[in-house]
Amino acid sequence: MRRFIVTRIVTAILVIFGVSVISFLLTFLTGDPAEIMLPPGATAVQIAKFRAEWGFDDPLAVQYWRFLRRAVQGDFGISLRHGQSSLPLIAARLPATFQLTVTAMLLAIALAVPLGVLAATHRGRAMDLIAMSVAVLGQSVPNFWLAIMMILLFAVSWGILPTSGRGDWAHVVMPASAIAINLMALLTRLVRAAVIEVLSEDYVRTARSKGLRELFVVMRHAVPNALIPLVTVVGLQFGYILGGAVVIETIFTWPGVGLFTIQAILNRDYPVVQAAVFILATSVVLLNLAVDLLYHWLDPRIRVL
Amino acid sequence: MGTLVRKSPLATVGAVIVGLVLIAALGAPVLATSDPIDQDLTVVLKPPFWLDDGSMQHPLGTDHLGRDVYSRLVYGARISLTISTLAALLGAAVGVAAGLLAGYLRGRVDTVIMRIVDLNLAFPLILLALAVVALLGASLRNLVIVMSITTWMIYARVVRGLCLTLREREFVQAVQALGAHDARIITRHVLPNVLPSITVIWTLEIARVILMESALSFLGLGVPPPTPTWGRMLAEGRDYLTVAGWIAIFPGLAILVTVLGINLLGDGLRDLLDPKVSAGART
Repeated sequence: MRRFIVTRIVTAILVIFGVSVISFLLTFLTGDPAEIMLPPGATAVQIAKFRAEWGFDDPLAVQYWRFLRRAVQGDFGISLRHGQSSLPLIAARLPATFQLTVTAMLLAIALAVPLGVLAATHRGRAMDLIAMSVAVLGQSVPNFWLAIMMILLFAVSWGILPTSGRGDWAHVVMPASAIAINLMALLTRLVRAAVIEVLSEDYVRTARSKGLRELFVVMRHAVPNALIPLVTVVGLQFGYILGGAVVIETIFTWPGVGLFTIQAILNRDYPVVQAAVFILATSVVLLNLAVDLLYHWLDPRIRVL
Repeated sequence: MGTLVRKSPLATVGAVIVGLVLIAALGAPVLATSDPIDQDLTVVLKPPFWLDDGSMQHPLGTDHLGRDVYSRLVYGARISLTISTLAALLGAAVGVAAGLLAGYLRGRVDTVIMRIVDLNLAFPLILLALAVVALLGASLRNLVIVMSITTWMIYARVVRGLCLTLREREFVQAVQALGAHDARIITRHVLPNVLPSITVIWTLEIARVILMESALSFLGLGVPPPTPTWGRMLAEGRDYLTVAGWIAIFPGLAILVTVLGINLLGDGLRDLLDPKVSAGART
């Protein structure tokens, strides 16, 4: 057990190290960061001055070491556009993004579990077909299109939900649903498959043969066990959810990290892009670490790495 | 194909949809009723033919620059299919090679490859793609490369897993005992056995890449104008939602139907080619 935890934590640290390398290298993709950071009309003298000031003349390894040393202290450099340190700018927008992503995840789970269980217990019948149609449609719909259609319907035509921005809970409904749809579809199929598998287990047969009511057998014996693998999937999908949030935030002008990062990308504000990519990716790594450890604790049969 | 129709009517529907989209993409010059980038400011924001003021000259209406929505949709299919097919192929080539190496050689090679997979999975892919495309420029080639970066890990993981089990199977150990080279064993004995799974993943990944490419295009980082792409058509239509909803509705439907068709086909293929995973790992 201890060995598993230690190995898993070491792995996570290695991955975060890799994340830092990629975040750092992002600036160098086009060759000369000075050229992309400065306005198009910059003179050779200005470019040379900028390069010296920002340390772009140093060897790559030296620059990376400087980046890493500063990054661990929370210093990702000054935003070229906002003139402030990048990290606090992003940190200020994290709660909005987490509110959105966590709501989306809960919504997806809340819809997928009953739908998946119903499909599994009514396998091959109308209920199953409906649930699976919802799932395959949900998996295929472009979430940004769904978002726009929801705005058209609920905000423009019926006027029952706000079109954009962040305020009370009414503001969360549309963006969270748009993000949740794809995950909901995936989870519905997983829950269905897992429940079907568990229903054929010996202990379920035993429970049935004891004369327990079917509903009790399903809810008490089958579902809890079927849901354990869900923990890992939800965790693994967090990166995907964050990606969804990036697109959806721009549509609803939700003041989160996604919208901010897209603006930074379009403005070529690299210190902000680096910080955002690093922080979002690191949070995915840490969440997956937590999920793995949780899974290990929930299901002691898993002793493999 | 006959087996597919009999065993899975849904997959057949999927295959028909995919076939139609393919025909649209290949036959775009014939099927389009007008030039997709031709602007005509005299017929701006014309509705589809079934609405008042619509005509068969522009069956699905026109956009804010008087361009024919139907013709743009037909041409847009080319971009979506080209990028997604190529990206899924490139991703498959890299991912399968990585998975075979990791699963067959195990040990350090395995550890290194799997850590790179973890690393890649940790990034919100769309953010990484956005950042890379914004930096390198949104050409067709760059988009294909970036999209393949978001897909290779899935092949690597699945192929590695399969490879680990295959390695222990008797027929592989038999050829090993006969003194065959690793390269020969991998290409002649292991690879054919993972091909069905790869085909299934490939199909489903094309669907995912279409969604991501259209999202990038929607955000303004797809194949640059004037080439029509579904994602950008949608983005442009957003500004005219209340007056000309069709500009945004149809490209979205095109994406939805295409992706749906590919997903249905992929699911059917999975049930057909890969019966082992169809029950347990429906993801």
